[in-house]
Amino acid sequence: MAKSPPQTEASKQGKGGRPIRVLIAKPGLDGHDRGAKVVARALRDAGMEVIYAGLRQTPEDIVAAAMEEDVDLIGLSILSGAHNVLIPRVLELLKERKATDVQVFAGGIIPDEDAAKLRKLGVRAIFGPGATLATIIETARSLAAKRVARA
Amino acid sequence: MKARLPAVAPRPSPRERATKTSPVAKRVLDGDMRALARLISDVEEGRPEAREVLRTLYPHTGNAPIVGISGPLGVGKSSLINQLLQHLRGKGKTVGVIAVDPSSPFSGGAVLGDRIRIERDPDDTGVFFRSMASRGHAGGVAQSTRDALRLLEAFGMDVLLVETVGSGQVDVEIHDIATTRVVVVVPHLGDEVQTLKAGLFEIADVFVVNKSELPGSERAVKDLQELAYLSVPRDGWTPRVVPTSAAQRTGISELWQAVEDHESAMRNGPGAEAGRKARAEQELRELLRERIERLAEEELGKEASWKTLLQEVVAKETDPYSAADRAFQELKRRI
Repeated sequence: MAKSPPQTEASKQGKGGRPIRVLIAKPGLDGHDRGAKVVARALRDAGMEVIYAGLRQTPEDIVAAAMEEDVDLIGLSILSGAHNVLIPRVLELLKERKATDVQVFAGGIIPDEDAAKLRKLGVRAIFGPGATLATIIETARSLAAKRVARA
Repeated sequence: MKARLPAVAPRPSPRERATKTSPVAKRVLDGDMRALARLISDVEEGRPEAREVLRTLYPHTGNAPIVGISGPLGVGKSSLINQLLQHLRGKGKTVGVIAVDPSSPFSGGAVLGDRIRIERDPDDTGVFFRSMASRGHAGGVAQSTRDALRLLEAFGMDVLLVETVGSGQVDVEIHDIATTRVVVVVPHLGDEVQTLKAGLFEIADVFVVNKSELPGSERAVKDLQELAYLSVPRDGWTPRVVPTSAAQRTGISELWQAVEDHESAMRNGPGAEAGRKARAEQELRELLRERIERLAEEELGKEASWKTLLQEVVAKETDPYSAADRAFQELKRRI
């Protein structure tokens, strides 16, 4: 008689066994949101709740939204080249808000040397062109599991 | 009804409230935004700790107007909410918003995109916007919405807005939580026969014809006005029709005026008591139904004969009607 919940077990890895919640946002001024939309849809199909914040967000917008929505993960998509400014600012604001349990990953056109620096600053994963959706989904799941472990 | 909506009772001071409450409840009352955000997550999950906090906070709720905003996909509900936010913030009111979007019945996932339309200062603590997926959980999304709204009010929000797609039973249930129910349409959604169909149109207190800069909006306004005149007034209120344009930023203060007029009529009118009673009864029934369902599922799940029974139906050895009878008799015996 037990109703089968729509969530698959794999998707219920967020805090307290809920679906994983992810904020997908594009900081800065480039308008190329196809990648962010494809990732949003893939994560939805993997059973996650994706809050899509869309284009031209400031780091302040993004962190405020992440706090209100109580997300496990923030995914940032940047193709403008401003990643060395915008992503560290997001991490800094998370620190200010004592919210470093929220895991940040990024995607877009980010040169390897920049990616290394950003990882050192606390970005958990960086996806360039050619990253498969399966990889992104798997990474998102393991990052969410890490957040649960820390919280 | 110009400035403030009348409060039912004077609020105790924050200090008074804090001394009597649990630490988490106190953090919400003190305006701790992260505590609020996390509690809403707990409410969505139906965690028992959240129920405890809600019990404590309950006396601090029930005074703020809850405005339900429903309507088909693409009519501009989120843009309208954005306009309402600016309008209300301009009047110095704090606003809490819950936007409900459907979960996929296949993956359980959801894309919640209502934030895209919202323009706001990220440092403005007078706004709290939360997206909620309808999920499929036993407690029902209507109860989660009701609980989340209570948390927002206890947190200090003067006005509460709830956005739903407005199709299907769940949406009507959420819409029913609202003290003022706004239904949004656009020109050319169909002829006036559409307005005769049962559903959302029957429960609107205020109709909005959005995108009123488009041709055909006068016709839509007229059709709805006719519908409103012909409908039996509920508690002495005849539904209002307001043309708006979120793009051209017109009609928003008229919309808010209509909402305030309705709130005032309901609070002071003859139907005020009946409305409160209906909402209380609906909630009590829902809370009980949730428990009864869970109890029944647990009891039946324990039963080894349940699998046998199911197998018999699958194998067509018995029909589902007799099988349900047998299961029900068994359940009655056990409870």
